[in-house]
Amino acid sequence: MKISIERSALLRAVGQAQSVVERRNTIPILANVLIEADGDSASFRATDLDIEVIDKINAQVIRAGATTVSAVMLHDIVRKLPDGALVELSDDGASGRLTVQAGRAHFQLATLPKEDFPVMASSEYASNFSAPAGMLRRLFDKSRFAISTEETRYYLNGVYMHVSDAEGGKVLRCVATDGHRLARIDAALPVGADDMPGVIVPRKTVTELRKLLDDDDAKIAVSVSETKVRFATPEIMLTSKVIDGTFPDYTRVIPTGNTKKLEVDAQEFAQAVDRVATVSSERSRAVKMQLDEDRLILSVNAPDSGNAEEELAVAYGDEKLEIGFNAKYLLEIASQVDRENAVFLFNSSGDPTLMREGNDTSAVYVVMPMRV
Amino acid sequence: MPALCRDCLTQFDAGRRCPSCRSPRVLAHPELLDLSIAHMDCDAFYASVEKRENPELRDKPVIVGGGHRGVVSTACYIARIKGVRSAMPMFKALELCPEAVVVKGRMDLYVEVSRRIRAMMEELTPAIEPLSLDEAFLDLSGTHRLHHAPPAVMLARLVRRMETELGITGSIGLSHNKFLAKVASDLDKPRGFSVIGKAGTAEFLRDQPVRLIWGVGQATQASLDAAGIRTFADLLRWDQRDLQARFGSMGDRLWHLARGEDHRRVRRDAPMKSISNETTFHDDTANADVLDGHIWRLAEKVSDRAKAKGQAGRTVTLKLKRHDHRILTRRTTLREATQMADRLYRTARALYDEAKEPGPFRLLGVGLSDLTSADNADLSGDLLDPQALKRAEAERATDAIRARFGPDAILKGRALR
Repeated sequence: MKISIERSALLRAVGQAQSVVERRNTIPILANVLIEADGDSASFRATDLDIEVIDKINAQVIRAGATTVSAVMLHDIVRKLPDGALVELSDDGASGRLTVQAGRAHFQLATLPKEDFPVMASSEYASNFSAPAGMLRRLFDKSRFAISTEETRYYLNGVYMHVSDAEGGKVLRCVATDGHRLARIDAALPVGADDMPGVIVPRKTVTELRKLLDDDDAKIAVSVSETKVRFATPEIMLTSKVIDGTFPDYTRVIPTGNTKKLEVDAQEFAQAVDRVATVSSERSRAVKMQLDEDRLILSVNAPDSGNAEEELAVAYGDEKLEIGFNAKYLLEIASQVDRENAVFLFNSSGDPTLMREGNDTSAVYVVMPMRV
Repeated sequence: MPALCRDCLTQFDAGRRCPSCRSPRVLAHPELLDLSIAHMDCDAFYASVEKRENPELRDKPVIVGGGHRGVVSTACYIARIKGVRSAMPMFKALELCPEAVVVKGRMDLYVEVSRRIRAMMEELTPAIEPLSLDEAFLDLSGTHRLHHAPPAVMLARLVRRMETELGITGSIGLSHNKFLAKVASDLDKPRGFSVIGKAGTAEFLRDQPVRLIWGVGQATQASLDAAGIRTFADLLRWDQRDLQARFGSMGDRLWHLARGEDHRRVRRDAPMKSISNETTFHDDTANADVLDGHIWRLAEKVSDRAKAKGQAGRTVTLKLKRHDHRILTRRTTLREATQMADRLYRTARALYDEAKEPGPFRLLGVGLSDLTSADNADLSGDLLDPQALKRAEAERATDAIRARFGPDAILKGRALR
């Protein structure tokens, strides 16, 4: 194999590969990227056995072939090369080394045989559809913060993507929760997605997917089966196993009878929460909200370090209410609001609280209160 | 050379016997009156308590430990003559000393005696760092004027009081830092009192093996062996930077210890790092119901201890020892610290299910770590488990009932499995 590639294209492909490879790997080849050159392109494939990413880039192929080399090392080398450099990758098939040549820099890297590289079994996808990158970005960006990290509840370690009924018909819905907060985000159902099986997309896949979604106008080809999900642009194909588990019935968790309504400027609110939370050094910082006639008092009382209080003018007309929340959770949901005011709907100080953006029900958040 | 009679506490100038009571238990050392860092270690503590409780056992070999399957937790000095050691499997101990009386440990009693020893130490100095129920570091610096007696006298008085009032003997190591104090307390056991002075430190250490260092276990020992370091003299030949490069932070510590230097202070109540309980079964078991019962009982024990100390933790650990003695541990970190038995049980149970190990097992343990104050624990409910708050209320009510009517007043069905 002998190919010549422009540095920035190579950096993107190898960057994607090195973030997928297994960090604490025990199988050496899983640390490698498989480079395959043929025709006028080269593809870079990496896997941790759960996720596989293939990035195909234009390359001048002088001699077709394939080999595998450490993804992290190749990435580090390419990263340190000057912008605009032309990089030549070549192996003679006999020495077991890959030569990386750029300008007067010259590297020889150990390789492993391409035959040993695990390739993810292809599968039949029950549903194939196309979705705008911007739409997928909103679905996953607004839900991923609520993904659980508790390994014992592995079925919560991802975003539940499925088709659901909502006011006005079927929607493509993403839900994530860790038991303390929940995010439920809807988008118009793409054509052809009706039969999509519900799948739990793992956290790492969500992170990798995000890199495909920066271009608003791009169309992403989505394929879903009971066990796998695939997202593809013309250049990059991300295939991932889904979490083998049952996502809990989240509909029971979303309160429907909460009537006490608070409306507040989301940014002002988030800044105030952030300010008062400063005095507490605890990881689970409780912020107390006291509501009374268009007035919200946020306060934190940390016996060891001090206390803080801030008052905000808000719209609130119901009976007096005192309720506590984890400051981090409040901040995270408040920062999801980007257009209108944040609307909170409360029931009592012990019941889950609902938050949404204005009257928009296509993104709702639920957060569990804390004793204060 | 200043000397002290350990029986009548008379101070005099060196001699072989006490001029006042003629006792031969004389302690003489040039720096006797100047040293103030001590390590007190009770002699065969559990066994001594048992002998005190039952005088018939006084002249018999006594082993404290759990059941036929268990291990020796303490052997009295009579049993030790036969080669019985702590942590030895019980069957092996009984092979060496078939006539031994095996007593099941009574933790409550040992805790009570330990508390009384602690109270006596508190009269000497506030700077006490307990290492376990039966040993502690004491820093008596600056207490001479308070007690109108040097530390050595106060320490001799302490062990004398433990003997007369509690019937427990202990050994004292007195030196100028914790490392040497701990080494010294072991030199002359039981009923010992050893002094390592500043002037004699280098000579004392030179030919000692490095395994003397607390914290040098088999693994460190092996890597030290590989580097050709067996004694402190070997260690002295190493350059500080080479030791650091080879052994990391431990290397730095070794370099200082080789010179008899240890700058760690005696820290009052070094904060607790974890709370855990474990149980070795009578018979190996793979029965999930039986194991579930154990997980619950251990979770409840850990929770009780956490509640008693006002502590809560974020990391839950499950430990399983298989019949072939291979140990498996599984741990997970919770979003929020807990001290509730229910939460601990559910988490440990999930870890057990996840481990997917068929067993059989001989031991199970549940632990709680990453500790914090209970004020920050169990504050928020669980969206996906609306019953959790009710169960927490039930648990608090159960605790209140037990506090009033005793620990067996109310039990969960699963505790009987």
